[in-house]
Amino acid sequence: MVGPVSTLALLEPTAATGVHELLWLLLALPLAGAALLLVGGRRTDPWGHLLATGISAATFALSVASFLRLTELPGEQRGVLRALYSYVPVGGFTVELDLLLDPLSAVFLLLITGVGTLVHIYSIGYLEHDPDRRRFFAYLNLFLASMMLLVLASGFLVLYVGWEMVGLSSYLLISFWSYKPAAATAAKKAFIVNRVGDVGLGLAVMLLFSTFGTVAFAEVFPQADLAATGTVTAICLLLTLGACSKSAQVPLHVWLPDAMEGPTPASALIHAATMVTAGVYLVARAHPLFEASPVALDVVAWIGVVTILVGGVIACVQDDIKKVLAYSTISQIGYMFLGVGLGPAGYALGIFHLLTHGFFKALMFMGAGSVMHGVHDETDMRRMGALRVAMPVTAVTFVIGWLAIIGIPPFAGFFSKDQILEVAFEEERYGLWLLALLGAGITAFYMSRLVFMTFFGSSRVAKDVHPHESPSSMTTPLVVLATLSVASGAALNLTKDGRIVSFLEPVFGAAEHGAASAPIPAWGLTLITLTVVAAGVALAWSRYLARPVAETAPVEVAAPVTWARKKLYFDSVYESVLMRPGQYLARALVYVDGRGIDGAVNGVAALIGGSSGRLRRVQTGFVRSYALGMLGGAALLLGALLLVRT
Amino acid sequence: MNPGYYLVLSAALFTIGALGVLIRRNAIVVFMCVELMLNAVNLTLVTFSRVNGTLDGQVMAFFVMVVAAAEVVVGLAIIVTIFRTRQSSSVDDASLLKW
Repeated sequence: MVGPVSTLALLEPTAATGVHELLWLLLALPLAGAALLLVGGRRTDPWGHLLATGISAATFALSVASFLRLTELPGEQRGVLRALYSYVPVGGFTVELDLLLDPLSAVFLLLITGVGTLVHIYSIGYLEHDPDRRRFFAYLNLFLASMMLLVLASGFLVLYVGWEMVGLSSYLLISFWSYKPAAATAAKKAFIVNRVGDVGLGLAVMLLFSTFGTVAFAEVFPQADLAATGTVTAICLLLTLGACSKSAQVPLHVWLPDAMEGPTPASALIHAATMVTAGVYLVARAHPLFEASPVALDVVAWIGVVTILVGGVIACVQDDIKKVLAYSTISQIGYMFLGVGLGPAGYALGIFHLLTHGFFKALMFMGAGSVMHGVHDETDMRRMGALRVAMPVTAVTFVIGWLAIIGIPPFAGFFSKDQILEVAFEEERYGLWLLALLGAGITAFYMSRLVFMTFFGSSRVAKDVHPHESPSSMTTPLVVLATLSVASGAALNLTKDGRIVSFLEPVFGAAEHGAASAPIPAWGLTLITLTVVAAGVALAWSRYLARPVAETAPVEVAAPVTWARKKLYFDSVYESVLMRPGQYLARALVYVDGRGIDGAVNGVAALIGGSSGRLRRVQTGFVRSYALGMLGGAALLLGALLLVRT
Repeated sequence: MNPGYYLVLSAALFTIGALGVLIRRNAIVVFMCVELMLNAVNLTLVTFSRVNGTLDGQVMAFFVMVVAAAEVVVGLAIIVTIFRTRQSSSVDDASLLKW
């Protein structure tokens, strides 16, 4: 295989100076905000959302300052370590709570705080009439702090702490409307499915420690080649398991669509732009380990491709606008997994797609929220249509997001997705390439279907609902994100200084493309991709725009559609194999606990209670009966003595 | 002298006393029966002291007398107090402390 050669020059972190000294504020500010809003209670209701938004904006400003300061440093010094304190000092084993800022975490910082701030602003309008708006903002701030800890961690253990904290924030946000049983169940499902991956990550950390004797990135990665391949593969597969659950990859993707029960801004921030990409971050961060284990890299790439197709196919038949976007997110993260799974040539592209996807998917989620806001919380696309008239800003920005995700030049998604396909082809991974190409066509189909059914065609909105545009606090973030969805792809790809691939080079090493030997030139590949995309759009046009859309989903459909509607039976299998036996087991245990263990304890108590009740009747209160007792006792003692004597 | 007579007398006195405690209701009579039992025992002690030719039994009898005197003081005080509050000296009437 004529693969790209990675010059694995690992960054030597240097001590933080200047504005990087303030990195700790990125954790402290949102954490303090969350604590204040949660402890302060209803007293903070009038200004809580403003405080949280202000804190988020402050972290964004700090992230920008840190990023600019980082770009001033020469390439080999772009790893900055801000020491905080010793988290676990135990004899010879210490875990430092240091914040590591390098190009990779800087990109994440900008994405998290940038999209995070927009989501904060958007939520002010979206949750205006919710009595618990303050609590929502507290959770958002908590999430910001957790995510920041995750991407700034300088070792696997601290990363694990951040990993668990984002899981908690996600749980809290999904179950924000916990009075809805569906939301409570969805939160539980998300938490439990994530637990599967967390166990994987936890085992990986333990295995790392037992293999390398340390969990700090800077100490583990240089030794990655020294350990046995089997061990490294095991570590990487466990890391992949963790990444799969957090990033909703097959087969652990089932929690993400249900997580849409949470408020839409939370879906935009956590379940589209940031938290679900943590798995991609983990793989990219641990790339020296994955490079030592080609098997694990292959597994990541194949999981990515399978997920692209599974997510895409299911998205094609969903009628709930948020569900389509959820499956689309799953599918798009598949592209990121494919990107990082392709090895050195693909890491930066995976992160690039992550970034652009963060913009356009957050845009579309918030657009969907705006639509729901406008049509009285209707989520069924079959009850929408022609909303472009009533909601021009939402429609235009959403269309931009649509063009970005299906990869039409010059929108952002074109640059990131096309390059992943290109690298897959150049690496001679034709199977992966072909399936990902098919995925691009499917993406074009279901996204066009969504846009056509929602914004175009004839109106199918219920008579008593009057669609209206959302307030400016909701549309402004849409416009900002739409601008980014248009510009970020070209800006981060074409301009010489801004190339994200070069920017990430200090982390991932320089990759040389083996383009010369490829049988089809790059422009030819782009043409093929665009043709497939056009075919997808055309199919959607012929089915959902040229013909009127039925107001209820057709019942008599082909078998594949039924399979897709049943979510390819993932949920059904989990339900029958894991959930129901689990419930039976739980019920059996409750029975054993109630009748067996509690029964024994309660039985002993009842026995003692009952016999005491009878025994106490001896205490009659009559002195003479006591005297008789004493006489009898004395006679007995005497008799016993005499008996013993003889 | 035959110590047997004294022991029989002592046993008879003790039995009378014990029966009196169990059967009679009047607190004063019960009380006197208790004294009867104590002194029956004293008689036994003195008898055996005489039989053995040692003073131990007699010393013991003195101790019993001292204790009996103290008991009389406390007991009579209780009986008088109960009588004042209940206008009765029946031991069966003071049966509130039960179960």
